[in-house]
Amino acid sequence: MGCGMGKAAASLGKKRERAMRAALLIQRWYRQYVARLEMRRRCTWNIFQSIEYAGEQDQIKLYNFFGYLMEHFTPASSERSLISHIFRENDVVHDTEWERYFCYKSIEVSHGYHGPHLTFPMTFCEASKLVEAFKHKQLLHSRYVLQLLGEAWKLLRILPNINHVSTCHSKEITICGDLHGQLEDLLLVFYKNGLPSSEKPYVFNGDFVDRGKSSMEILLILFAFLLVYPNGVHLNRGNHEDHIVNLRYGFTKEVLGKYRVHGKKILKLLQKMFSWLPLATVIDGKVLVVHGGISDTTDLNVIARMERHKYVSALRPPKSGRVHLDVVDTPTHDRRRDGPLTMGLWPFQMVDLLWSDPMAQDGCQPNQVRGGGCYWGPDVTEEVLGRHHLQLLIRSHECKQDGYEFCHNRRVLTLFSASNYYEVGSNRGAYVRMGPDLVPHFIQYQSSQTCRTLTLRQRTERSALCALREQLFAHKSDLLGAFQHYDPDNTGVISLKHWASAMEGVLKLGLPWRVLRSQLGTSTQDGMLDYREWIQDLVFSEPKHEVLILETMYRNHSNLETIFRIIDTDHSGSLSFEEFRQTWKLLSAHLKTEVDDDAIADLALSIDFNKDGSIDINEFMEAFRLVALAVPS
Amino acid sequence: MLFPSALGPEILVTGVHKRINDAFQVFDHDLNKTVDVREIGAIVRSLGCFPTEAELLDIIDEVEEPNGFICFERFLPTMSKILMENKFRPIPEDTLLKAFEVLDQQKKGHLEPNELTEYMRQGDEPFTQLEMEEMLSSAVEPDSNLIYYKDFVNMMVLDGER
Repeated sequence: MGCGMGKAAASLGKKRERAMRAALLIQRWYRQYVARLEMRRRCTWNIFQSIEYAGEQDQIKLYNFFGYLMEHFTPASSERSLISHIFRENDVVHDTEWERYFCYKSIEVSHGYHGPHLTFPMTFCEASKLVEAFKHKQLLHSRYVLQLLGEAWKLLRILPNINHVSTCHSKEITICGDLHGQLEDLLLVFYKNGLPSSEKPYVFNGDFVDRGKSSMEILLILFAFLLVYPNGVHLNRGNHEDHIVNLRYGFTKEVLGKYRVHGKKILKLLQKMFSWLPLATVIDGKVLVVHGGISDTTDLNVIARMERHKYVSALRPPKSGRVHLDVVDTPTHDRRRDGPLTMGLWPFQMVDLLWSDPMAQDGCQPNQVRGGGCYWGPDVTEEVLGRHHLQLLIRSHECKQDGYEFCHNRRVLTLFSASNYYEVGSNRGAYVRMGPDLVPHFIQYQSSQTCRTLTLRQRTERSALCALREQLFAHKSDLLGAFQHYDPDNTGVISLKHWASAMEGVLKLGLPWRVLRSQLGTSTQDGMLDYREWIQDLVFSEPKHEVLILETMYRNHSNLETIFRIIDTDHSGSLSFEEFRQTWKLLSAHLKTEVDDDAIADLALSIDFNKDGSIDINEFMEAFRLVALAVPS
Repeated sequence: MLFPSALGPEILVTGVHKRINDAFQVFDHDLNKTVDVREIGAIVRSLGCFPTEAELLDIIDEVEEPNGFICFERFLPTMSKILMENKFRPIPEDTLLKAFEVLDQQKKGHLEPNELTEYMRQGDEPFTQLEMEEMLSSAVEPDSNLIYYKDFVNMMVLDGER
């Protein structure tokens, strides 16, 4: 401080100091605000993820139930004959007959068609024309679809189980994770990174389809570039490249909706193609790229020799390659560490590659959260990478907030390329570029940018809570039972602690219930909660049907849709009353509950909107959704 | 009020423990009673505390394990003490508003984005680029490209209470 400092300068210094203090206060306040939001965001994320995994678990249980029917029922039994067709292996018919079946030549392209016209053999020009057309929301004619898929199928069949690529010839290789039918994300990657070519090789790490609206377009683009650059485009199979999974998660519906006449043929061909997709890619002998991950028994030499096309679904090993299994329960439950490491274990090599997730603890255990594959620990990563002289494992399969995430001492990288996966604003997508030094460079993106990120977060939160409320509604009776268990004197109130344990006991979602309670509209008095009132508030519309059947329906929403689509063998999209009844019979056998025949008949009648004696599957599922949407946020 | 005085001290302690446990669990991904040290700021702050970054570092120094993780066992007593003593008190809305008014030297009722950026990116605990972008994305009124801080504070306080 100079002694010559005048009054003005002193006041200026004071002013500046005040401003600094004010800024510090604002910083402190804002950081607290962001932290609280972060807490809520985590809860939201947990809700989405728990519900997603619970759904997968459900699907696998249903699947295993079908397996059980197949193994334990006589071939003539009606239950078995309803579902047996989905397990039929691929090569019952000779390839030449297949080729005739899929022949596109008889399909005329009418003058009214405004989409792209393709010429073969595929060229870069044709493939980019396809990208352009899809950008403008055009549909490719089913003649070209079948022709393109047929060509790609022939190529897929000569590819090895494990793609080996090297970065030496070209500069860098680009790796993408799950796309899940989100064309916008693929287009964004191409825009930022350029189209695939010999100089710009790509690895697409599975889960091209399901959930998003444009699975078909994504497949067509990927297959088109595969045809042009068989050495520049590498596709790995994901757990959603499975026709039974597609029944539940939307791809079947998408294809049948887009191709009303030839959709069935296209689906059949795709089912075959999926089983011919390669399983993994190895870059420079050092980086393993695979959709799900590994287990302690993963052996790339065994995988390289597998007959991959016999796995119509990764969840069900083909007859020839399997040991005896008790399929009543998930095969993963009792499988591990029982037998010696012999070929007897190799049926699981495939499901482990496509379904597994890494965990923080050492070891390897069945993946009970998803219901298929395993959880593997850092020690397994060390061992398996070491045994194969690898340095890095790149896998996808799990949505990550930032599009990517390292774990296991940076030796496992999760990569996810579908942005806004759970809801607009929920996550960024990412892809990786890698040169001969094999150091991954990340590029993150989000397909729809919005300026007000904070309001967006609230929206995400609301839709997560809405999804959660649907779950609560679906389990209403069980919840009530669980609450009453804690209320032996029938007072109508229970403690918050009991409320939380009852919630977890019934829903098994692993959520921080106490943190979520205010968002779920619970209010307490002296720490006690009026559960009857709370349950009452969950029901918004007076159910027309018997409450039990309605609840079963809600809870098994996706299971029902899966069974419908299985029973609808000709993919007509509609079921007779008898088939409808059989669906419910299968479902109730699966759930080991009785469903009243009259109630089903009642339901069928009320849903047959146009009174033609058949039930439209899409309409039926929509009818559900209306009720679901009526739940206020 | 965080702690109604009518409750006895034991209830108070268990209540505090529960809140800490609940918040901790949200970030304990592997359910092994540990969280990454980088998450601790969110946990402490989401429990209603308003520490500075320096104060937060003090807490971390006290509880961090050598491997960069925080164990619940060690975190609980430290955090309980903080909550019981009511350290790092909330910033009242009018104090916050006054702070914005100090920055708005010409008393226009609003700030320019670059004005606010200049203030926030200086001092002992400057915002990172990311923090700044995020704050602006919610603070700037899109039509005028200005920050009407009174509305902003209102909106944020309301949202926080929801």
